[in-house]
Amino acid sequence: MKIKAQVAMVMHLDKCIGCHTCSVTCKNTWTNRPGTEYMWFNNVETRPGTGYPKRWEDTERFKGGWTLKNGKLQLKAGGPISKLLNIFYNPDMATMDDYYEPWTYNYDNLIHSPKSENLPVARPQSVITGEYIDKPEWGSNWDDDLAGGTETVSQDPTVEKLQEHISLEYEKTFMMYLPRICEHCLNPSCVASCPSGALYKRDEDGIVLVDQEACRGWRFCMSGCPYHKVYYNWNSHKAEKCNFCYPRTEAGMPTICSETCVGRIRYIGVVLYDADKVKEAASVEDPQDLYESQLSVFQDPFDPEVIEEARKAGINDEWIEGAQNSPIYKMAMQWKIALPLHPEYRTLPMVWYVPPLSPIMNHITNEDDLDTDGYIPAVDQMRIPVEYLASILAADDTKLMRKVLLKLTAMRVHMRGKTVGGIDEFRQSELLKEADTTPEELEDMARLLGVAKYNERFVIPTGRREMDDDLYYEQGACSLEDLAPPEGMASLAGGNR
Amino acid sequence: MSDVFWWVIFPYATLVIMVLGLLYRFAYRQLSWTAPSTEFFEKKWLRIGSPLFHVGIIAAFFGHIMGIVIPMDFYHAIGVSDDLYHFGAFYGGLTAGLMAVAGLIILLIRKIVYNPVRVHASFSDYYSVIALLIISGIGVYMMLFQNDTAQEFDYRTSIGPWFRSLFALNPQYQLMTGIPFLFKLHTLLGFGLFASIPFTSLVHFYSVPVHYPVRAPQQYRSRSQYRKKSM
Repeated sequence: MKIKAQVAMVMHLDKCIGCHTCSVTCKNTWTNRPGTEYMWFNNVETRPGTGYPKRWEDTERFKGGWTLKNGKLQLKAGGPISKLLNIFYNPDMATMDDYYEPWTYNYDNLIHSPKSENLPVARPQSVITGEYIDKPEWGSNWDDDLAGGTETVSQDPTVEKLQEHISLEYEKTFMMYLPRICEHCLNPSCVASCPSGALYKRDEDGIVLVDQEACRGWRFCMSGCPYHKVYYNWNSHKAEKCNFCYPRTEAGMPTICSETCVGRIRYIGVVLYDADKVKEAASVEDPQDLYESQLSVFQDPFDPEVIEEARKAGINDEWIEGAQNSPIYKMAMQWKIALPLHPEYRTLPMVWYVPPLSPIMNHITNEDDLDTDGYIPAVDQMRIPVEYLASILAADDTKLMRKVLLKLTAMRVHMRGKTVGGIDEFRQSELLKEADTTPEELEDMARLLGVAKYNERFVIPTGRREMDDDLYYEQGACSLEDLAPPEGMASLAGGNR
Repeated sequence: MSDVFWWVIFPYATLVIMVLGLLYRFAYRQLSWTAPSTEFFEKKWLRIGSPLFHVGIIAAFFGHIMGIVIPMDFYHAIGVSDDLYHFGAFYGGLTAGLMAVAGLIILLIRKIVYNPVRVHASFSDYYSVIALLIISGIGVYMMLFQNDTAQEFDYRTSIGPWFRSLFALNPQYQLMTGIPFLFKLHTLLGFGLFASIPFTSLVHFYSVPVHYPVRAPQQYRSRSQYRKKSM
């Protein structure tokens, strides 16, 4: 057993209002430099839709993630040898056309245009070439709120797969938001795709980072990540990606996307997992078993044996305590109401989602006189097809998705019953049995999903300062890396900082 | 005296500049050490031009090792006749050279014609492509018109021993005096290019990820030792 700690996130999609505040604050924090304009470490997609970049879920085209070949786990795009042979040209890489040509506006014209009869306008101007763009045609959330209509919806790879179930008439259509950041996977295919070994997973918290000095710009991470969350900076010619706001999480603060989330949909916490089991878990035959096998990697933070092993691995008590109070552990591992995004990519992603329920329940009109068990068929006739959710979050396992939705429905019915009566009836109901839960658990869920405050939603132990090189010397120095001069003689690369 | 300059001082100076430059860039400018791809902007022409050029130039690189670094005696010892050697060197070298030249021309045109690529092409980008184009162009010309069937000249008795003598620290500059002008030019421009490697994008030649197939697929690094350290 080799215990490692991992910071993870759960997003409760029911509460996402699609306001893009997360994307904007993230952009202002990390990607407002030349070369990074098109990078959205955090983006919010309207589903069904093409996503960003366009059709990123089309793994047959981009060849991201892992695949099983003769029972062995392999990069879908090919292993090291085939990468070295293709190093002069990456056939799978997305280009600017798949993202968009970023632009600004000629604001200067608004201020300095000469007096004229007509109002001056600010024309869109490409930040790549500096030329005017007469008609911008695509952006990171161009099809927001289904504004792309039938044209973009039909380009959603998931819709293509489920074509017969999706209805696009206005009265029957459905919509949900899917905010996405880097998954900080347990088995990251971007790391394995990097010829230079510049991408790595941090030992202490599992955050996946790009070493900007070691990156040589080979670009296999871009297509190697099935979520398309590694971007190529055309200015520095290096890869960049979401870094889970590590300067903030090290200080015990949530990521900026979570901090500023208006709907408070995001939860951050620590989980303990057994690094020795990762490869085996990612190699199970049936993609629908990947969810269970990923769950089996996580370790119970209350188990004395696990605590002992964690201590041996250098994980301190603050982190073990963090793992015990982790909202992620509760939602994903104990209550099993959060699911990983596209488990079939075999990367064991660590940003999980509580599937949305609200548009489903909205279509129940007779809730006042509905029998408790009447909710069960409602789950099967939801506005968002179970197949669609299962295709995104459960490798097409509709049974698993149905179970999660039933549990969330049961929570809703139970909490409703507490206010308007009907608790006793609920305790005997088929719904409670089918959802395989207890009223006590449902109340805990309702608290964490509905009323939990900042400190319950974000349980983030601070970075382990005792590992730092020389705290005594760095006392009072500037916290920005590299700005503090090294002690004594200037040292060369590879030396002690 | 000028022979001593061109065939002793100049090559050593360029090699010293290259080595010191590489060390400097590795130590202090590694953030800019990269293969500056423009595939993000344009893919169709790159698909043809880039592999064509790279495969050609790498084949040419090994061809030069076979012709210049490996002594003639070695070929005689393993029973490769001069005719057989020249036959292989001519067709192999010509193929490699033409591939490199064709690839470079495609890449250069792409750089000039395609807007996003042109806007972000720096002086050093043009320098690298044009310098390589001139050098490999001369190489191909020599192959076609100054090979040993057209002219009685074997670089394996002149340029080869001279090149090796540089590394034996006993430069035999006299060997270079009588060789045809284009061979001299090709050699000197080549050394000049070596000196510019650390200061241009050509530096990515030194980052061929040869360790990739043997390293562990997953890399873990500790926060307190974030400088490269694989486990």
